[in-house]
Amino acid sequence: MNYKIVAILEGIILISLIAGFSIYSLYFTSQPIRLSGAGATFPAPLIQKWSAEFKDMTGTQVNYEGIGSGGGVKQFTDKTIDFGASDPPMKDSELSTAPGTLHIPITIGGVAVVYNIQGISKGLNFTGEALASIFSLDITRWNDPKLEALNPGSTLPNADIVVCHRSDSSGTTKVFTSFLSDESASWNTTYGASNVINWPPQTIGGKGNPGVAAAVQQNQNSIGYVELSYALQSEIPYGKIQNAASRFTEPTTETLASAASAVSLILPPGNASWASIGSYFNLHTVEEPNDAYPITSFSYALVYQELNSKSGMTLDKAKALTWFLWWAIHDGQHYALGLSYVPLPQIVITHNEATLKTISFNGQQINNWT
Amino acid sequence: MKTKEKRPKFLSNLRSISKRKLSGDLSFKMFVTLIACNIFIVLGLMFFQIIQNSWLSIQTYGIGFLVGKTWQPFPPSSSSLPSFGALPLIWGTLVTSAIALVLGVPVSLGISLALSEFSPKRFSYFISFFVELLAAIPSVIYGLWGIFVLIPFLQANVYPYLQAVLGFLPIFQGTIRGPSVLTGGIILAIMIIPTVSAIARDVFAAVPNSQREAAIALGATRWEKAKVVMSYGRSGVIGAIMLGLGRAMGETMAITMVIGNSFNLFSSFLEPGSTLASIIANEFTEASSPPVYISALMEVGLILLALAIAVNGLARLIIWRSTRKVREVGLV
Repeated sequence: MNYKIVAILEGIILISLIAGFSIYSLYFTSQPIRLSGAGATFPAPLIQKWSAEFKDMTGTQVNYEGIGSGGGVKQFTDKTIDFGASDPPMKDSELSTAPGTLHIPITIGGVAVVYNIQGISKGLNFTGEALASIFSLDITRWNDPKLEALNPGSTLPNADIVVCHRSDSSGTTKVFTSFLSDESASWNTTYGASNVINWPPQTIGGKGNPGVAAAVQQNQNSIGYVELSYALQSEIPYGKIQNAASRFTEPTTETLASAASAVSLILPPGNASWASIGSYFNLHTVEEPNDAYPITSFSYALVYQELNSKSGMTLDKAKALTWFLWWAIHDGQHYALGLSYVPLPQIVITHNEATLKTISFNGQQINNWT
Repeated sequence: MKTKEKRPKFLSNLRSISKRKLSGDLSFKMFVTLIACNIFIVLGLMFFQIIQNSWLSIQTYGIGFLVGKTWQPFPPSSSSLPSFGALPLIWGTLVTSAIALVLGVPVSLGISLALSEFSPKRFSYFISFFVELLAAIPSVIYGLWGIFVLIPFLQANVYPYLQAVLGFLPIFQGTIRGPSVLTGGIILAIMIIPTVSAIARDVFAAVPNSQREAAIALGATRWEKAKVVMSYGRSGVIGAIMLGLGRAMGETMAITMVIGNSFNLFSSFLEPGSTLASIIANEFTEASSPPVYISALMEVGLILLALAIAVNGLARLIIWRSTRKVREVGLV
């Protein structure tokens, strides 16, 4: 008897739950537009913040998965998502499989060199050459004459340098090693620039920015590299790096924005290849402002110029997607500083506006999306 | 037919029941057999898939993959081939698992003996509950705990003294670093304790009481009684250890977070290293091109699978030999 009553009760509860959910989904959610994006992990917190705000404002749901730039480019090329995001611009070989791709810089990132030496706060000076020597273990001690010459004011300890790096495949590694490759010929021929580096043995790999930060904080006399926003949040001392104008610059929102303004003079059109911008802004080709931080890069949103090239795309979705991107590069930038991201300079926003206006659906331009 | 007529009435009743239920029995038997056979299908498919996906790498690198010491998926000059060699990974996996067994197994056996032989029932229930709770903790939590609690503790309070006392051994030489092979082994030891001790406890509990009574009747102390229990349950204990070893070799998340992830054929346990599982965890998510890169990571998985099967086979062999000896002596 008891069991029967329980079974009946369970049945009633189950049926009412199902009924409740279906009524809820039928009447209370009026089929919102859903957009899906995936890619770089670096801008993920910012895009997710945008997504939440944009949903409150318009009802459009934007799902973004931070799966890594490589995965983002692949899913974008396979057309399984509505937009991709990548830290490095797409390579020419990748662009050839995804013709009509637009690059839209959405935020600015920088790689900070962090260290942990007792008694020394932030602001040690490094050159690209010196960093290459440290990370390849050519310079193994902190009181190496080369490092002392760069930092006449500080007493560097007579101790082994513990080198920490990213162990997971990472765009941050790519940006950092691209910089080292450009600055040091021997780095370029031995290690090169990529997401995964054949680091010298005896160096410590940490998983993700938190892993590197933990390795640096827990080992005396260590050095590593992390996303600037991560260094700012976790309050690890970081160094100044010599830029093309031979000035040692500290990574701050201002010096990153300054580098972005400098590179914006040579931005290619949105639908062209952005490979010339590189994994980080190689400002040797333009006149670098004194205060530009040398390891600075964009994070890009990737969309197709002709949105109807993806199956499942409707005019409504196309409008919503374009509106979302337009909103992200304008009002969305206000959320950047609060999350330790660098807002885009006006000149880049203007460039993006021109790019977004070329987006079309079925050959018709959508510029009346709001 | 004759025998049937001789049967008492209640038996023929029984027969009719069984006839009625025969079809149900048969289909149920077939159903569960089918489920059991799924094991072969799943394992076979897995092997097939992994071999198929790693074929490119096997063809390209051959035996060099097993003995190579460099791991460079993106060589600096685009003309040269990516190079992959898994020796430091195999070495890392074997050493961390061995450390885990050396540290974890005595503790686990101690726990399970205490639970089955020495402690009152109520206390034993209480402790078992917590041991099982330990097994339910996700490995990423172990990893975080490893980074933020275990590493600073070991670095400040254990490794300097270890080096002061045992520093003459090459395995404890070199700069002390927090993330290291030894740290990885210690976290694995903690992680296998619940697995090994839970199974060993069940094994000891299954030892017939007559064994204990016989030992006590012969004047054995409690420790000697425990020895009798342990030797009776030897094959089961070896099985438990092998399950623990399997967990240690395959552990991914926690070890990735504390081992230091250096592609390093280490000689000191205080150096950072890598394991087969950790490199997959680190690099698989973003490995999209070149194709041989994914294939090489697949081959790493294949090596891990082969290693696990080899270890399990070895364990079976040990169990089989030890039980055969016991059988020959006539104890079982």
